[in-house]
Amino acid sequence: MWRVLIPLRTSSISLRAVVIITADSACELHPHVAVRPEPFGALAYHYDNRRLVFLRHPDVVKVVTSLAHHDSVADTLRAHDIAEERWPAFVSAIDSLISSEIVRVR
Amino acid sequence: MKLMEKDTTVTAEQTVETDAVNSAASVEAELLVEEISIDGMCGVY
Amino acid sequence: MSVETLVDQMKGGLDAPICLTWEITYACNLECVHCLSSSGRRDPRELSTEQAKAVLDELKALQVFYINIGGGEPMVRRDFFEIIEHSVSNGIGVKFSTNGAFIDKKNAERLAAMDYLDIQISLDGADAATNDPVRGPGTFDMAIRAMDNLKAAGFGEFKISVVVTRHNVSQLDAFKAMADAYGAQLRITRLRPSGRGADTWNELHPTNEQQVEVYNWLMKHGENVLTGDSFFHLNALGPALPGLNMCGAGRVVCLIDPVGDVYACPFVIHDQFKAGNVLEDGGFTKVWRESDLFTELREPQSAGACASCGSYDACQGGCMAAKFFTGLPLDGPDPECVTGHGEALLQAVPVNLAPRPMSDHSKPARVRIPVAGS
Repeated sequence: MWRVLIPLRTSSISLRAVVIITADSACELHPHVAVRPEPFGALAYHYDNRRLVFLRHPDVVKVVTSLAHHDSVADTLRAHDIAEERWPAFVSAIDSLISSEIVRVR
Repeated sequence: MKLMEKDTTVTAEQTVETDAVNSAASVEAELLVEEISIDGMCGVY
Repeated sequence: MSVETLVDQMKGGLDAPICLTWEITYACNLECVHCLSSSGRRDPRELSTEQAKAVLDELKALQVFYINIGGGEPMVRRDFFEIIEHSVSNGIGVKFSTNGAFIDKKNAERLAAMDYLDIQISLDGADAATNDPVRGPGTFDMAIRAMDNLKAAGFGEFKISVVVTRHNVSQLDAFKAMADAYGAQLRITRLRPSGRGADTWNELHPTNEQQVEVYNWLMKHGENVLTGDSFFHLNALGPALPGLNMCGAGRVVCLIDPVGDVYACPFVIHDQFKAGNVLEDGGFTKVWRESDLFTELREPQSAGACASCGSYDACQGGCMAAKFFTGLPLDGPDPECVTGHGEALLQAVPVNLAPRPMSDHSKPARVRIPVAGS
């Protein structure tokens, strides 16, 4: 099934999806997820729900796999020198991964 | 070839100043993660 | 950042398969008329238990997350549970495809207790009258009994897998209802003219009108129905069906057969599509990454005769196996091309010159002794 990714709205009204996390959320990769490097990023597989997600860029791989080691998404992004103008995209991507249970809030 | 149909209709009100940020965010968010069905590739039972 | 689509990157192949099919035996208790692997008799060169475990160890090192086990009938192997337990305990999830003959109450309970295990029951008719002519007398009841046992054992959501034929297209709603009743997930897949399917293709493959029916049904009712992405040749009919919509053979998937031969996919068990052998060519990893065949498949493919057709982007020229076993060139239309280009070409294929399936493991035909006076 295809999932349409919802752009993160910075206005207070979010009509198409409930955004679960913000840059201040503390998250981690789900313990039943395996991440396999690929030339363009990585493949993440959740053994319980059998969902398969491609992490399409090395930056998102680095961020997602180190979320557990930082107090917040923002801290993780900072630790990997992700430029602030890219943060909404990363938060949106992590939010999407939470919907697939690849990432969870801790 | 488009991998999937991207729904570009806007259903929420957007302020002018967040438009540019949001569309850049959505473009990059799409390029960052992509889900595929484990049954969604041809050539297996 | 690269603007290549994910599909473009997959077409170039990955360092390891995303998932693969592993036929663990050619032995089977049935003789389905369309069997893609022409199964029936065990091959004496079948991988031993130790060789099978060695394959799994390699797949684990490659981080293959999940495999589809089939055959023949995989449960016929005496070491079936040993193999699947070795797989799941090493982090490789298993889905196995079965006709259900061996899923009695005891086995159903044993399977229900296992983790990271999925089961796919094969069924080709929503009633015995439709199913049994294809799969054999009593096979419908046998599959139902297996499903009853799985449900009673609390297995959870298993899959019912149907090969779409001329005779069961009208039963898609009934299949869906059956799956819903069992709390199972329906899977429908395309018939290919592979194995014994080559001989029954003409009678069994859906008509053009029926293909449109299948496409429309999937668009309308197919939200929770799996297809193994096997209907991408129908994408010229309208918006694309869910899936990667590309042939995964040799790129993201492949087949390991019961004697360790590696083929591009289960539907092309033929020397032309054999990449190597796990025992003879240095192991699976080497074959996957370095074989000439897979290297060739991972090059950009030419549209050939389809280049001038506006639908090529959508249908990708269809299925290699369907073209190969009907004698059509690979760089041209699928025999079931929805715009009719394949049909036209088929007229030109000399009868009996289409490639024959190789390594036929069918049981010898029983000699019919005429009854005196008949």
